[in-house]
Amino acid sequence: MPGLFIDVEVAPEVASDPAYAARLEEVCPVDIYAVGPDGGVTVVEENLDECVLCRLCLDATPEGTVRVKKLYEDGATL
Amino acid sequence: MSILIDADTTFIVQGITGREAVNLTRECLDYGAGAKVVGGVTPGRRGREVHGVPVFDSVAQAVEHHGAPIQGSVVTAPPAFTKDAVLEAIENGIELVVIVTERIPRGDVAQMVELAGERGARIIGPNCLGIIVPDVVKMGGIGGPARDAAKAYSPGSVGVISRSGGMTTEMSSTLTAAGLGQSTAVSIGGDAIIGQAYAELMPLFEADPETEAIVIYTEPGGRMEAQLAEWVTANDSRLPIVAFMAGRFMDEMPGMSFGHAGTIVEGKEDTATEKIARLAEAGIVVAEEISEIPAIVKTKIAARAGAAGRAVA
Amino acid sequence: MRFFEYESRQIVAKAGIPTSPHGFATTAEEARRIATEIGGPTVIKSQVLTGGRMKAGGVKFADTPDEAEAHARDILALEIGGHMPRGVLVDSKVDVKQEYYAGVVWDGMRKQPVILFSDMGGIDIEEVAESHPDHVGRGHFSTIHPFSDFQAKQVIAATGVTGKALQRATPILARLAKLFVERDMTLAEINPLAELADGSFVAVDAHMDMENEARPRQKALLAELGVGEEETRQAREATPFEIAGEAVDAMDHRGVAGNVTEFDGNLGLVIGAGGGSLTLFDAVRAHGGDPANYCEIGGNPSVKKAAGLAKLVLQKPGVDKIAVMMSIVSNTRVDIVARGVIKACIELGYDPAEKIAIFRIPGAWEEEGFKILERYGVEYADRSVSMHEAARRAVEKIGAAA
Ligand code: SF4
Repeated sequence: MPGLFIDVEVAPEVASDPAYAARLEEVCPVDIYAVGPDGGVTVVEENLDECVLCRLCLDATPEGTVRVKKLYEDGATL
Repeated sequence: MSILIDADTTFIVQGITGREAVNLTRECLDYGAGAKVVGGVTPGRRGREVHGVPVFDSVAQAVEHHGAPIQGSVVTAPPAFTKDAVLEAIENGIELVVIVTERIPRGDVAQMVELAGERGARIIGPNCLGIIVPDVVKMGGIGGPARDAAKAYSPGSVGVISRSGGMTTEMSSTLTAAGLGQSTAVSIGGDAIIGQAYAELMPLFEADPETEAIVIYTEPGGRMEAQLAEWVTANDSRLPIVAFMAGRFMDEMPGMSFGHAGTIVEGKEDTATEKIARLAEAGIVVAEEISEIPAIVKTKIAARAGAAGRAVA
Repeated sequence: MRFFEYESRQIVAKAGIPTSPHGFATTAEEARRIATEIGGPTVIKSQVLTGGRMKAGGVKFADTPDEAEAHARDILALEIGGHMPRGVLVDSKVDVKQEYYAGVVWDGMRKQPVILFSDMGGIDIEEVAESHPDHVGRGHFSTIHPFSDFQAKQVIAATGVTGKALQRATPILARLAKLFVERDMTLAEINPLAELADGSFVAVDAHMDMENEARPRQKALLAELGVGEEETRQAREATPFEIAGEAVDAMDHRGVAGNVTEFDGNLGLVIGAGGGSLTLFDAVRAHGGDPANYCEIGGNPSVKKAAGLAKLVLQKPGVDKIAVMMSIVSNTRVDIVARGVIKACIELGYDPAEKIAIFRIPGAWEEEGFKILERYGVEYADRSVSMHEAARRAVEKIGAAA
């Protein structure tokens, strides 16, 4: 379930990669990403609306693989 | 011209590796011509850099690295460590200390201020956002990121002194929108004991040829408005002062505490009503709303200019 | 933080200042036992954190333990100024030759503590200062140089006190000055300080106020006195609404959404920061508005925290709408607060456009914040609308709703 204001999409090749999962968990200041039980990326839904639009998750992953969407702007991506 | 700081002022940030201090450092480096932040101090972190600013274990190391006396320090250390950090700054020859930290016990503030007095140093704060000379330099978090600060502050002839950091920006922004720039804006802190109250900064503004008027933000609690009124009367100040008083509602709620730590309503002398009366006696206009301030300032400046013109003629 | 008299007396005693023999009781039976131990006439005093206990009947004299017990029973059941007593202090009725006043307070302008002494004790020091200024001695003292007894002596001597009394009172005032600094007091007062028939001095009543900011480093003293960490000792007990406000602020460590104070109006306020809150509260009242609460947000709180505060205010009985207003923000983000208050409305099943009378927070990330507000149809204002004007619009909307 997306947040009221923010949703994130992680491309499968990044989502399943434990190295990226660890990286995303580390960079996001508001804990939107966590390393899941399978070692892949889990999106912590209750934290989505805390996103501060800092782009750190985008910088930590190959271009286009992580998308942060502003639902209040018709899903415009960051 | 400005008071307290200018484009050449060198300063350090104590507690520089803390999250807020990192942001504050960035903001100061980015604003105006870029502040001369010559070092940072966080014990145990020597050798690091924060936005290119070298970090040291002690103030002495920072001074040695700089190779000359350092003029100022912004102290952001946690409350329990603030007194030590300030004493360290003063004993290492720093003459202007801006204390950002909140919730420092009065006993500590008194010690810092007393030592500063003995060493000829000046303390701004605690619990303040610092000093800004529009478009030139800022020392502290005042106005926020450079881009935001540029939106609210503009260079000009009004000196701003405020017990609330946020209201320093709100009032300066109102002046800016009305075409009145600021010579220097100082957030002096809202605690019961602070390094520099209005009356202690007035001589500096008085001596600054660029400053033509003063705008202050005040609150109930303490005697510093009465002190200002006394100063203005005793020194026949050339500067018209316009004040804004917030927290008038507190007069009806004795014993309750709102806002800053120093804003505890006790007794009669420190109520809003009493303060407004004292200020008015000294010829200080107390505006009902912030939006009225620019017009009052303009009228006052024009009146002074008119009087001065007649005196010359 | 204020101390009860029985605690203040302990603090004074710990500093080496003698006090009249006394004991603290929470039941009438205990009071009787203490009176028996003391032997002779006693005074039973209500232990409340409010003034005027004498007038309210909270202080009574007893000649026998029986009487002490009966008085204690009455006083323990007596509410004074909205406060029930914590207990009673059973004090020995001492044979007083002369009453003095000894106190220490901060002078915010001189930025030093000042010791006060008067040979007219037992009454309000402000009264004495007004009617008999020559009977009040004052002296500032350094907090970085060691305190020396002569500083106390000077102040006492200035009131004309000499002889044995001066010699005896000096160390007491000096100890009070030192305890004031060491214990982080904002007020340390012994009134009356009694000179007994035998020439000795004892504290018969004491009043101490400690700085809240110093509580962490005075933990040991507070533990010895049995003061719990949760005891705030405010002038007025916190209401359930205010306690819920503290819980919101404690949700996480990001920013502040606190200092919630309850009022009984219909316009809920989500306002900040310190000075901004004071200004806005005044502004709402100046325009005839009736605030439901006071609060302060700042320091960039999380969305969750901002939402928590907004929900608390929205759910307060009698609240029709909320006004979300701050002075220009530079640290707190406009978009984060906007998300918080909209989220609060939606989660409670309200239309944000309906419930939020106005949103006036200019500053950091305002473009992003205004986009959100626009999407939800909430009326917002930038810095070109003054704080007073924003308050006026909010009040106007409430008027239209009522
Ligand atoms: S933009 Fe920043 S806050 Fe938002 S999800 Fe990415 S890392 Fe987290």
